Amino acid sequence: MLIGKPPEIPSSAITPKDQYLNRRRFLRGAASTAVAAGAAALGAERLAEVLSPRTAALAGTRLETVKSPLTTTGEELTSMKDVTTYNNFYEFGVDKGQPSQNAGDLPTRPWAIRVDGMVKKPRTFDIEALLKLRPLEDRVYRHRCVEAWSMVIPWVGYSLSEFINQCEPLSSAKYVQFLSYYDKRVEKWASETTIYWPYSEGLRMDEAMNPLALLTFGLYGEVLPNQNGAPVRLVVPWKYGFKSAKSIVAVRFLDRIPPTTWNDQAPNEYGFYSNVNPNVDHPRWSQRTERRIGQPFYAQRRTTLMFNGYGNQVASLYNGMDLRKFF
Amino acid sequence: MGHPGGASVNSGNPANSVLLETMKRPTLLLLKTLTWLACLWPLGLLVWGAVTNTLGADPTAAITFCTGLATLRLLTISLAITPLRRLFPRFSWLIKFRRLLGLFAFFYASLHLLTYVALYAGFNVNAMAADIARRRFITIGVAAWLLLLPLAATSTNWAIRKLGGKRWNRLHKLVYVAAVFGVIHYWWQVKPGVLTPITMTVILGVLLLARPLLDWRQRLRMRAA
Repeated sequence: MLIGKPPEIPSSAITPKDQYLNRRRFLRGAASTAVAAGAAALGAERLAEVLSPRTAALAGTRLETVKSPLTTTGEELTSMKDVTTYNNFYEFGVDKGQPSQNAGDLPTRPWAIRVDGMVKKPRTFDIEALLKLRPLEDRVYRHRCVEAWSMVIPWVGYSLSEFINQCEPLSSAKYVQFLSYYDKRVEKWASETTIYWPYSEGLRMDEAMNPLALLTFGLYGEVLPNQNGAPVRLVVPWKYGFKSAKSIVAVRFLDRIPPTTWNDQAPNEYGFYSNVNPNVDHPRWSQRTERRIGQPFYAQRRTTLMFNGYGNQVASLYNGMDLRKFF
Repeated sequence: MGHPGGASVNSGNPANSVLLETMKRPTLLLLKTLTWLACLWPLGLLVWGAVTNTLGADPTAAITFCTGLATLRLLTISLAITPLRRLFPRFSWLIKFRRLLGLFAFFYASLHLLTYVALYAGFNVNAMAADIARRRFITIGVAAWLLLLPLAATSTNWAIRKLGGKRWNRLHKLVYVAAVFGVIHYWWQVKPGVLTPITMTVILGVLLLARPLLDWRQRLRMRAA
């Protein structure tokens, strides 16, 4: 048939990945170096900065958003500067300030999420299609890191459940795994650790279907900066931050618990569930309290809330479970 | 800041004391001033940061990291002095700086501990006791500070004379244990899989290994002579 709907070809399928990545990086590097050098010579430092590959990606573009009833109210937002310069993204360095310095070369376009495992049919979602799947909502969430610090971040995205419904998982699928982008040429810093890459995280299906679990594309009303997990990441506000995988390239539906990065690294420290829980001690950090980012040193300390304060929405997921055992 | 007890305590080589005497007073004064300034630099940065509220996103963590790192760095530098003097006798005058470096190491270790007591434990004795019992990186960190305490307390010329050079030297060998504990504390604090403490570990390892190696070299030379 000549007439009909053209097949959906994600742009990433046209050129073999290795080739376009290399070509892209070379062209971008060469062109932007030349332009940036010229601009800098003219004294237009701001222009040079805008044109340099570190900021030339889509980060900073405004997103069209709608209000959400699931947003958290009554909290002072953490500043955009702190949210975007204090990051744990070990592929770009283990120091908090490194990802914002080093993630500039993360190729956020073209981008696609591959969906496979226990689904009706494996398929690939292009990032542009994902952005249009549902209206993007502004959702403020508390963010609690396992290292006992916390932020309040205005994310942009829609419920992960909306995406999962499109994936058409089989009823036998009990867990869902998320894999992050990994290319050791771009993420050179990853090899400064003994962690097994790519980064992997997972949720039980009912957790993933909870409306609070957010498939996230932006923050502060703008496209995610690379260091925050561009172009698409997970935000699971009632769990420690490391459960919220960044820069997702694959989603896999399984009938058993997937291997997850920090749990593999130290199962006694990082459980599969890793719900925020002030009553379950961590070998390194007391989880009873936390430090709010951006406050002066004498005013940072505050009490940690069970399920990070989202118990009303999620506690029922764990009815009858011993959360000391399944931490 | 001169300490006449230093030479006799730290080396039996009479040539060293001659060299120590030959350094001109203004030069020594200048070097001491620079060392003081360098040692006070991290504290200066912290105070400036606290006053101007520019300690970054997580000031508590910044203070903890800065004081901890200053402690380990100063301990390491103070442990480099003996091997350097033995390798290069012309640097014998470095001994005049060791006490200063050691005391500043103790000073930063105490600030580090105080940060924990105030900003992490909130002066809660029960919380501290629980931490020391349960968290091995805190246990070994506190142990390292306790090991440094008698060394700081016996750092005066009076204490050296009172103890006698030999006993003083033996007591101050505890600094090796304290430094090793400090580095283990660093390893146990970072997440498994993170290798940041490796540089400090290698440097300390080299400095500790240098001692038996230099002893061995000395024995070989004496046999040859």
